[in-house]
Amino acid sequence: MMFGFTRAQAIGFVVMAAILAVAPFVAYPIFVMQVMCFALFAMGANLLMGYTGLLSLGQAAFFGMGGYVAGYMIQTMHASTEVGLILGGLTAAAIGVVFGWLAIRRQTIYFAMITLALAQLVYFFAVQDTGFTGGENGIQNIPRGNLFGSFSLHNDLQLYWLVFAVFIAGFLFVHRVIHSPFGQVVKAIRENESRAISLGYKVEQYKWVIFVLAAALGGIAGGLNALVVRIATLTDVGNATSGLVVLMVLVGGIGTVFGPLVGAAIVVAMQYYLASFSDWVTVIQGVIFIACVLAFRRGVAGEVASWLKLSL
Amino acid sequence: MADNILEARGLAKGFRGFMAVQDVDLSIERDSIHALIGPNGAGKTTCFNLLTKFLQPSAGQIMFEGRDITDLKPADVARRGLVRSFQISAVFGHMSALENVRVALARSRGGNFDFWRSERALSVFNDRAHELLYDVGLSDSVEVPAAELSYGRKRALEIATTLALDPKLMLLDEPTAGMTESDVARIVALIRQIRKGRTILMVEHNLSVVSGLSDRITVLARGRVLAEGDYASVSTNEAVITAYLGSEHADA
Repeated sequence: MMFGFTRAQAIGFVVMAAILAVAPFVAYPIFVMQVMCFALFAMGANLLMGYTGLLSLGQAAFFGMGGYVAGYMIQTMHASTEVGLILGGLTAAAIGVVFGWLAIRRQTIYFAMITLALAQLVYFFAVQDTGFTGGENGIQNIPRGNLFGSFSLHNDLQLYWLVFAVFIAGFLFVHRVIHSPFGQVVKAIRENESRAISLGYKVEQYKWVIFVLAAALGGIAGGLNALVVRIATLTDVGNATSGLVVLMVLVGGIGTVFGPLVGAAIVVAMQYYLASFSDWVTVIQGVIFIACVLAFRRGVAGEVASWLKLSL
Repeated sequence: MADNILEARGLAKGFRGFMAVQDVDLSIERDSIHALIGPNGAGKTTCFNLLTKFLQPSAGQIMFEGRDITDLKPADVARRGLVRSFQISAVFGHMSALENVRVALARSRGGNFDFWRSERALSVFNDRAHELLYDVGLSDSVEVPAAELSYGRKRALEIATTLALDPKLMLLDEPTAGMTESDVARIVALIRQIRKGRTILMVEHNLSVVSGLSDRITVLARGRVLAEGDYASVSTNEAVITAYLGSEHADA
């Protein structure tokens, strides 16, 4: 199978692409676009959590910075959309290089704590109104710009196809990473780190590369999200967003191909459709999180896969 | 001096004031099978961890093939051909037997950072992996996830994975621990078969395995070398008998 999809995954992929292609005509396009942005973000986090066994509590740093850089480049520097998005991704990757280098020196909860602390540094930077992040106000009214300098993205549907294309590309990319020679080593590290070391693998370097890939995906996702909602704010770079992406991965199904999308859809839907409950949304999220950890440890995609005895 | 592949001098390791290993000198002759035995808590596994650099010695020096490896990282030690197994069978559970061996073979590719390439790039290793699995009697389990193999078969897979690196010195940590008698016989036969052209250092509790296989035996007790020699001389050594009787009382 192409890209190393199993039959079930290939069918799932076609169904997913078909649903997303029809979705903007049926559902609110902004909602579906946000689902895809967060799914892309969660796919990166899943590379870390699900495929490498590293829990990062600071992924929002990459998502948020991706949004700030893309927004700033397009609004202030009048860059075309793709330049803004790519620079957002590269900035996040560059931060990922530094943060990853520090964090991979420790394991388990200590790794998680370092990522949390480093993300706080980024948040602190974002709070300062330096004229770049806009401090408390964030970057507002971000123009969506023109793709390649000529195709307008002003219309929601036009933007939708860009988000759709980036999401599908990201999905295939992540799948390729998992099913690459590199992915095999990473899987071995997750399964038994000491054994991987005893075979001569320098596991820190592999973790570092995965960390940077996850950061880059987060940055691109954050940039796209800033275009969709036309603002980049402190929310995107804060702890709550880091927690949200962990929740998405867990609810959707850790270590599964479709889990991040399912998880993103559920969590974003809660925020949209339960918005009238205001603060209670976080309580509901907490309850779902607890239910997931207690009863559906494999998440939605993981449970479905095990019912059907398939790998999703 | 004999042709020693590994020399350790004055090896010591302390944990918060407790000396797990002290003043251990160890010389492993090339192409021999050398056994490390001793009662529980004698420091055998600590020695293994020191030699493979999973632990950093508090004092002492380790020479492998005439080079000082005392300050190397464990992955670098492995790359030089000193490869260990683990007491608890160390396999990659969610990967097939074939994938387990292939991950080890893929080390010869060098980096393995190519995340953009299909894993079909690894299929060049399939033939060699099949050979290795055949050698350890796992031809019928090539596609089986390692976690689903029986305990004895996991150990066999672990040996195949270690062999994939073509190590100069293999360190086997209790290769027959917790095995049924028929599995023990299989592993002993396997070790006999793979020893050609290799040096093996093993920690082993099963004394019949030790007597049947090893050319030389080092006995550890309380972190120190108690005796060294062939099985006949070690098994009649007064101090060794005392140490073992003591441990048998403790075990009972």
